Amino acid sequence: MSGLPHLAFAGPSIDWWALLPQMILLGAALLILLLSALAPQRTSSGLATVITLFAAVTAYIVALGLWSDVKTEGPSATVASALGVDGFSIFFTILILVALAATALLAHNYLDREDIDPPEFHALLLCSAAGAIVMASANDLIVMFLGLEALSIALYVMIAMHARRPEARESAMKYFVLGAFSSAFLLYGIALTYGSTGSTNLVHVRDYLDAVVFRDQHLLMAAMALLLVGFSFKVAAAPFHFWAPDVYQGAPSPVTGWMASIAKAAGFAALLRVFFAAFASHDADWAPVVAVLAFLTLLVGAVMAILQTDVKRMLAFSSISHAGYVLVAVQSASANGTSAALFYLFTYTFMVLGSFAIIGAMGVDGEHPLDRYAGLGRSRPVLAMAFTILLLAQAGVPLTSGFVGKFQVIAAAVEGRGYLLASVAMLSAVIGAFMYLRIVMAMYVVDDGVEGPSPTVHWTVSIVLIGVVGFTLLIGIVPQFLIEFAEDAVPVLIRG
Amino acid sequence: MEITTGWYLVLGALLFVIGGTGLLIRRNPLVMLMCVELMLNGVNLSFVAFSRTLGDIGGQTVVFFVLVVAAAEVVVGLGLVVAILRRQPGSTADDLSALKG
Repeated sequence: MSGLPHLAFAGPSIDWWALLPQMILLGAALLILLLSALAPQRTSSGLATVITLFAAVTAYIVALGLWSDVKTEGPSATVASALGVDGFSIFFTILILVALAATALLAHNYLDREDIDPPEFHALLLCSAAGAIVMASANDLIVMFLGLEALSIALYVMIAMHARRPEARESAMKYFVLGAFSSAFLLYGIALTYGSTGSTNLVHVRDYLDAVVFRDQHLLMAAMALLLVGFSFKVAAAPFHFWAPDVYQGAPSPVTGWMASIAKAAGFAALLRVFFAAFASHDADWAPVVAVLAFLTLLVGAVMAILQTDVKRMLAFSSISHAGYVLVAVQSASANGTSAALFYLFTYTFMVLGSFAIIGAMGVDGEHPLDRYAGLGRSRPVLAMAFTILLLAQAGVPLTSGFVGKFQVIAAAVEGRGYLLASVAMLSAVIGAFMYLRIVMAMYVVDDGVEGPSPTVHWTVSIVLIGVVGFTLLIGIVPQFLIEFAEDAVPVLIRG
Repeated sequence: MEITTGWYLVLGALLFVIGGTGLLIRRNPLVMLMCVELMLNGVNLSFVAFSRTLGDIGGQTVVFFVLVVAAAEVVVGLGLVVAILRRQPGSTADDLSALKG
């Protein structure tokens, strides 16, 4: 011991219970990789799917336990205030876990059919889910960045896993280049936030901005602009949306569904936590910019969707216009707007997972022309009915969850006196409905004698479809419990 | 003339802009990867400069995280480049245009 100074190192206190969902997912990923390394030959996807589902269910039970803790003891933060444990983080944890279970089931048959190695896929799926949860619960910008990268890097590989198909490689490369580009913008925004407030911790940033009046706001303005550009890329908001249609089209369908739901949800989670919770005192500066983004995104998504002939691309543009609705709710910068955004994201996740599940069942190769769906209503009436319900829900037809979501978003905008934006949102819903009805028409209105397609739907896919269609209709009829859940999930920043 | 923090911030911004421009106009996938690195290093320089001004060690710690993330990102990026070049030797970003946006 001579000569060595005695170094006392005290790490931050960690509430392991709060980190358990992420740790379960990462543990399951390692377990899958270990078992696949020990297995004598290539395994089928059964074992990996079961482990992923088991991890999702276990983490879900832990999340429910955390939820009741938050209900009784109030929100808290852990790891030196870097991770928040509040209704907001648990809302997104539950959303991500539900999507994880659905994607694992959808991938089960797809991986065997397309001859992709299941263990690697499921391990990456679990890693990206853990990254998304970290991103949604991060109270510190750097932790948020790490979560984002864990999510994105796993997604780059998942898109490229279908290595024999040139579209998948192209799609992965495009997503990689744009993803790295936007991450750099986000990181620069974090650096300037650090420079102007003295910390990357959102609690500190909020307190600092509340207390200090800036004589010179340029640095902070630049920080907000760069963060907003970074997030807009991640959630595919116009004018930073141009990567999305190509990437969604080229990626394997289960991965497209996962990306369209979770990458978007986690991006919005981070956006809300940073802008609504931490930059709340400067909402007069950022809310108008978000309103412009929402305006552009709504119109670009709806108008471009009409011009497409490929169903996967149509839904890619429709997911862009969904991002526009969420932005409409975000720009109102109110608690009501935030819970409307959360409600919208939750219901949207189910619709988009179901839609891409059907697309995955319908098409084997990269092309999904509208003609392929002609006569589906005659040859597979139940499948066509499920697709119709999901499409009508996305259009916002009453008695579906999509209607309640759109209603809440527009109500929040009107409440914040955003009348123009509310009208644009309704206009965009009308334009969007045309595109969804075009797909429905193709399925049902055909000449006599046209033989419809008859894809084989694996039972795992059927389970997911029954679940998402049931949920979409259930929320459309009795939305109250999800509305209350979303109202309890407005983000709060608390020192741990 | 004294070199103040502002100079480092300007240099960081320049590196970021050069990297960003390069990413948009260069067509060689490897050069594009290098441009991403340049952007991230511009940010790193800003972090260190802010850290010095604020007298806070946090900004310098961030740089380590960013370096690790950048390394992980490049590993995946190089993997993608290899997968593409092995099947279509000598291809540039312009050849990746089967999907029309």
